Amino acid sequence: MKDICKSFHGIHANKDINLYVRSGEILGLLGENGAGKTTLMNILYGLYQPDSGQIEINGSPIRISNPVESITHGIGMVHQHFMLIQNHSVLENIALGYKDTPFFSPKKKLRKQVEEFSKQFDFKMDLDQRVWQLSAGEQQRIEIIKALLNGADLLILDEPTSVLTPLEIKELISILRQMKADGHMIIFISHKLDEIMDICDRVTVLQKGRVVGHADTADTNKKALARMMVGRDVVFNIDREKLEPGKKVLSVQEIHVTGDKGMPAVRGVSFELFENEIFGIAGVAGNGQRELAEAITGIRKIDSGSVRMNDKDITNKSPRHIYDNGVSHVPEERIRFGIAPGLFLYDNAILKQHHLKKFSKRYFLKYSQVKNHTKTIISDFKVATHSINNQIRNLSGGNIQKLILGREISEQPRLLVASHPTYGLDVGATQFLREHLLALRKQGSSVLLFSEDLEEIFELCDRVAVIFAGEFMGILKSDDEKLCDIGLMMAGSKGF
Amino acid sequence: MIKITTSDRYDITPLRSLMTNIFSLVAGLFVIGIIFLIAGVNPLYAISEIFLGSFGSLYGIKETVTKAIPLILIGAGLTLAFRAKFWNIGAEGQLLMGAIFSTWTGLTFGDHLPSYLIVPLMFFSGFIGGALWGIIPAILKIKYSINEVISTLMLNYICAEFLTMLIVGPWKGSTRFGFPGTDNLPEAAILGVIPGSRIHYSTLILSLICAVILCVVIYRTRFGYETRVVGENPDAGKYAGINFLKTSLILMAISGGLAGFAGVGEIAGIHHYLGYPASVSSGYGFTAIIVAWLAKLNPLYAVFSGLFFAGILVGGDAIQISLGLPAATVEIVNGTLLIFLIMGEYFLNNKISVHVSTKSKG
Repeated sequence: MKDICKSFHGIHANKDINLYVRSGEILGLLGENGAGKTTLMNILYGLYQPDSGQIEINGSPIRISNPVESITHGIGMVHQHFMLIQNHSVLENIALGYKDTPFFSPKKKLRKQVEEFSKQFDFKMDLDQRVWQLSAGEQQRIEIIKALLNGADLLILDEPTSVLTPLEIKELISILRQMKADGHMIIFISHKLDEIMDICDRVTVLQKGRVVGHADTADTNKKALARMMVGRDVVFNIDREKLEPGKKVLSVQEIHVTGDKGMPAVRGVSFELFENEIFGIAGVAGNGQRELAEAITGIRKIDSGSVRMNDKDITNKSPRHIYDNGVSHVPEERIRFGIAPGLFLYDNAILKQHHLKKFSKRYFLKYSQVKNHTKTIISDFKVATHSINNQIRNLSGGNIQKLILGREISEQPRLLVASHPTYGLDVGATQFLREHLLALRKQGSSVLLFSEDLEEIFELCDRVAVIFAGEFMGILKSDDEKLCDIGLMMAGSKGF
Repeated sequence: MIKITTSDRYDITPLRSLMTNIFSLVAGLFVIGIIFLIAGVNPLYAISEIFLGSFGSLYGIKETVTKAIPLILIGAGLTLAFRAKFWNIGAEGQLLMGAIFSTWTGLTFGDHLPSYLIVPLMFFSGFIGGALWGIIPAILKIKYSINEVISTLMLNYICAEFLTMLIVGPWKGSTRFGFPGTDNLPEAAILGVIPGSRIHYSTLILSLICAVILCVVIYRTRFGYETRVVGENPDAGKYAGINFLKTSLILMAISGGLAGFAGVGEIAGIHHYLGYPASVSSGYGFTAIIVAWLAKLNPLYAVFSGLFFAGILVGGDAIQISLGLPAATVEIVNGTLLIFLIMGEYFLNNKISVHVSTKSKG
């Protein structure tokens, strides 16, 4: 790619970017949120047209005006937010993106191919399941199969590991290595330094739409890359003060919740949460975390058991009632639940708070307050946008997330239910967020943190529960020596 | 080789939006002209007759305003429903239900009450009638997940048949000599008109007030905010704790109620009695769907788009008489314009670029 430029609303998303990949090589593309990584790859995949610049394959210039053309050029892409049709089955989704799908009974012919493919890479999945019932990790595998089936030589992975469990990441890495050995090219977009160092041969760093450096991973280290990426030094450790837990905030008793598939997803979970405490729930994706979070925040029905907040029963109350009792929620699927894409930033900044006295007077909304509040969030959480009168759909994924986090944290909740809050955030924002969580803890709030990032769990949590198949395998204190067995517990063996 | 590519357009200015609409209308009129040509009529003459018939004479303007009243009322109400992606196709039935309720009120109390009491009472009961007919599909949708397009559409027919049953049966007037239809409303229940026209000014003023209030409701109130959130992303609405049933009930009560107002205006301002459904409404509930779209779902703009489409209705009637064209002409004109407006919308939201490469194939 030569001298690629692209701007939106007069803001350069990409400026004079040069990039190359050799066959049998994994190139890392590193940069903060909104650095232009996704835009650049969307240009390569034909979703956007560059304002200027050129793409060449084997030395000859090509023009890619849509994804169909990029597929014929052997380029495949796995997006950060999956491009799947939620109401269709796995197989139907694969058939949809496949170039040789026959017109009549498309699924028949494809089934065998996909099954062989799944076996080769050891993907286990039910091809007839509807996509909306699958976890993020499972959905990603569909995307990878789609790209590989179409014979992609160059596979672009946009932040692929952010939705995966540690085990799944290992599997993904081995697949990538296998593909590399077969002579495939891979562009791996990430802002996780460890992964880049681990997987990639070379790395290109983007900052504010420009290339700020190239390096071979063999000749560089994490610190140097981090400095390149953020343009400043990053502290990697957070000090967690020792705090005595205060009064009981949340008490969950023996709750059972049914999942989307009609199967029990949460089976008899009980725990208590105190002031000044961060309680982590670790586990492999799809073991009931989402359902548990949704049940506590009122989005999903609880079949039996009770949830009490400050000794008030909030079982199966409306999400607003629960919010009014001090429970904030950063949902797992932020684009799906967290925003109204066509509305302005300031509309989205009060999605859950619009009924509060602060923002509304009788039937009317106080828009001047709303706008000031939005400006505060934007500056506090460093959301990159040219105006608050901007439709939120025009923002990058990471910036949308910062806005949602800002919205949920800024109201000083008694309890914050945060599902994968740092997923998709860059180093700087992650650090900032973790400090915020600790600050909440210090102020006497409690945090229920769902995360697959064990490092994050260890860094932040006072106690950790491991969830497997909807049950707690055990609750550990942060200084418990059994903490090293957490991997075993995540795989389903009881801690006690 | 010519290649056409599309991409999202981010720089939509009000001016561009306006120009696109104007261009779409002109292009639509061009196609309508071709249809006139095929029908053996001079297109320029026919189109000029349409606009002269509606806006070119005092009589035409008066008729246009008269027909714009129900279109503005219903169109404004529909903008609210469509904002929430609640596809209310049932305004026609809601209008008729408003007409039925207000007729009952007028016939029952009109003889005993002064005008300043009976008229507001009739508008009130018309609103209730339309609102009740409107909230049925809302309940069906939220409680039983029944598609509102089907239920609102079907309720139109039920209401029309119900009205017919009333006027051939229990409500048939003694002064009608056996023809279907109720007796005339008492004098006190009839709306005043601007002298020399059929413009029932109280409904006209009401329609303008409703458009302004709805604008405030949509853009300034909590309810309007919740409506927009639900329309943009129902999942986010659920997450934000918005009560779907309550929101849908209110918005359909308003949307249906405004259609009910239109029904009151038609009965008390124009016909003065309840007759066959087709004579009560002449399809305002459906034309108003186009009015709401042309207004870009903004109730204030519905005033202008309502006037515009009223003009087409009136002009269409005019060319039926002067050129001897069939009655379906108006519908063809309406339909063609709608298609072009929707196409214009596409070109407004998407950037189309054409690449002509000079290299020949192979």
